[in-house]
Amino acid sequence: MSETLEEQTFDLIPLLAILEEYKNQKGAIIPILQRTQEIYGYLPKPVLKEISKRLRIPISRIQGVATFYAQFHLKRRGRHLIRVCDGTACHVKGAMKTVDVIHEQLQTPPNGSSPDYKYSLEIVYCLGSCGLAPVVVVDDKVYGQTEPDKLVRQLKRLE
Amino acid sequence: MTKISSVEELRAFQQQQQLLRKQTLQENVMIYIGAGTCGLAAGAAETLEQIELELRKRNITAQITTVGCIGMCVREPLVDIQLPHQPRITYGNVKPEMVARIIDEHIIGGKPVLEWVVGVVPQDW
Amino acid sequence: MESPVQPQPNPLTIPSYTDLPFYRKQVRIALRNCGIINPERIEEYIERGGYLALAKAVTEMTPDEVIGVMKDSKLRGRGGAGFVTGIKWEFARRSPAKPKYVICNADEGDPGAFMDRSILEGDPHSVIEGMAIAAYAIGSEEGYIYCRAEYPLAIAHLKIAIQQAREFGFLGKNIFGTNFSFDLYIKEGAGAFVCGEETALMASIEGRRGEPRPRPPFPAVSGLWNKPSNVNNVKSYAMTPQIILNGAEWFASIGTESSPGTAIFALTGKINHTGLIEVPMGTTLREIIYDIGGGIPGGKQFKAVQTGGPLGGCLPAEALDTPVDFDSLVQAGATMGSGGMIVVDEDTCMVEFAKYFLTFASAESCGKCVPCRIGGRRLLEVLTRIGNGEGKPEDLDEIEYISRNMKEASLCALGQLTPGPVMASLRFFRSEYEAHIYDKKCPAKVCRGLITYKVIEENCTGCMVCKRNCPAGAISGEKRQVHYIDPNICERCGICIEVCKFDAIMIE
Repeated sequence: MSETLEEQTFDLIPLLAILEEYKNQKGAIIPILQRTQEIYGYLPKPVLKEISKRLRIPISRIQGVATFYAQFHLKRRGRHLIRVCDGTACHVKGAMKTVDVIHEQLQTPPNGSSPDYKYSLEIVYCLGSCGLAPVVVVDDKVYGQTEPDKLVRQLKRLE
Repeated sequence: MTKISSVEELRAFQQQQQLLRKQTLQENVMIYIGAGTCGLAAGAAETLEQIELELRKRNITAQITTVGCIGMCVREPLVDIQLPHQPRITYGNVKPEMVARIIDEHIIGGKPVLEWVVGVVPQDW
Repeated sequence: MESPVQPQPNPLTIPSYTDLPFYRKQVRIALRNCGIINPERIEEYIERGGYLALAKAVTEMTPDEVIGVMKDSKLRGRGGAGFVTGIKWEFARRSPAKPKYVICNADEGDPGAFMDRSILEGDPHSVIEGMAIAAYAIGSEEGYIYCRAEYPLAIAHLKIAIQQAREFGFLGKNIFGTNFSFDLYIKEGAGAFVCGEETALMASIEGRRGEPRPRPPFPAVSGLWNKPSNVNNVKSYAMTPQIILNGAEWFASIGTESSPGTAIFALTGKINHTGLIEVPMGTTLREIIYDIGGGIPGGKQFKAVQTGGPLGGCLPAEALDTPVDFDSLVQAGATMGSGGMIVVDEDTCMVEFAKYFLTFASAESCGKCVPCRIGGRRLLEVLTRIGNGEGKPEDLDEIEYISRNMKEASLCALGQLTPGPVMASLRFFRSEYEAHIYDKKCPAKVCRGLITYKVIEENCTGCMVCKRNCPAGAISGEKRQVHYIDPNICERCGICIEVCKFDAIMIE
């Protein structure tokens, strides 16, 4: 799978626009990678190589930054990102049960994707809505006081 | 807006805003809704949509303001209603299905729905 | 029980917020506008006195006078370390190199904390104004707000606020017609807890891996791009305009002698009224948890309160009368931290609770220094072992040994404070650790390695719901027959308890 992805070609035109936008800013690698990930969904190696070439920054440094921060992904992800908060409040209110149920019923393991790339599941630390624990964020929508079974039903309804 | 380039200008602008606010409060039905991250997670967007819908149905105009978090996470979504010359009254856990009654009894009838009321925002806050 | 945000029934009068137990003991300085104004309209901020403090500072005061007021107010950094803000500003001012930078640390990464987010979302201008005052005081023309990317609404509101402040001339060239110029930019974090550490934060702004470096040199001497920089927390900046407007004596009159002003807490966990509160320093934990927070739900017993997040510590019921201020909390065995306050009840296992924080902190170790990178991992192994029922008598000494080493030898606060929660829980709940090790029992019935799920035969109707829902396939039994959970297959996930409508499953 990863072999074919490596060979896959990527449309680099939007990337060039990003690089142009940040060309005069010092220390802009992080926002560049953030914007790049917005476009491609993750940070494919060929794209990182292109960034390295254009910015004249060694790929090792870019790889170093990309692997340091949790926000960056080097693997392809599903169409819907399910983020289960395992912050303190959510943890004590049973966040891991939600993870178990999603894994079981949607074949989506934690920090992985479903075989059809419909879902990706991430366990994240506090999302800052502890008053509503347990919290699950699906794409950009926040679900508070979630119940595992109800949540799975809602997830199944997504396109 | 032109730039404010002195303390005097700032004070003048502040006074102008205070007057404007006083006037707005005298003439309008004010609705405030807590729409910080916790408010939104608790369903503030759905409640807000319902408020707009129910107001339209009844042909009522009101000034709707989204505000940040006042701290009572457990009572989100929080909605404040303030009628002209009346205090700003807060409702807690306002679900869309509660909106019609709050509008009918409080905004139209002038009687707050006491069982859902949390409190009055102090004037000096 | 009196409910803090439920008004007492009185058909004629509606109580004012100030009469509600939730608010009665609160004093709102940094939160004064939150929930009151529309944060997307600068006009509403100005209407309530916004930017008057900046105007006063730049037109009526010298930078040294501003620093003097801040020093006299004795405001201590609300990020957690509690260093006197005015002294920090003075260091940055005296640093000869130019340019200088003002940085706001809004990388609020503690699980269970949302104070900074609420301020940035609800009153972004107060932070901008505070930063501009700091910039004037230290002689800076450029500032950065480093905000975690997980706070999209806060970033959106900040962007709007910065734009409006520029339009009004509160940011930009020649502010209030003076020689003072200052502008402000947002830097989004990318998900690294360690970036809350100031040197790591600055490395991240520079576009590098967010790894801390040894201090000195302190940021005031050599910070962002090796230039003098002043880093403060969101809450410290948000309090600044009020201190300039109302004076140092006013601020110092609130709170305690050594910790003046207010403390802001995100009150969460097993508490009736979770919320965001601002109380004078010196308010006791008991007042916060019982009077403001309304106590523990479901008639359960209070067990512990964790302050300072994953790098803080927990305190037991005996410590409930501890006043909340920088020094008293440290003395009692916890820390002030940035303002997370998590309450747990009798159903929480303190070993598991400590392990949870340790899992978080050790995963967030940047890996640069050995004590933190290896120590956290080793500590977690010991705790995992204890939780699995494989703890050895010497493990408690092992915990203390590793903790001491981490505390003394780690490069930054992350490594130094990672053992904090374990040390505090071991200090106050040692018997619970011993029960895990010697009796192979988890008193709170939480640790998976030490509990068994069992069917209560009298209650089981044989409805098969648990059998169908068990993800491990550990439950057997025919319809209308008492079911059986095979302890060798059971994953101890607890789903069966949740789905059982007849209370027929228990934990042993």
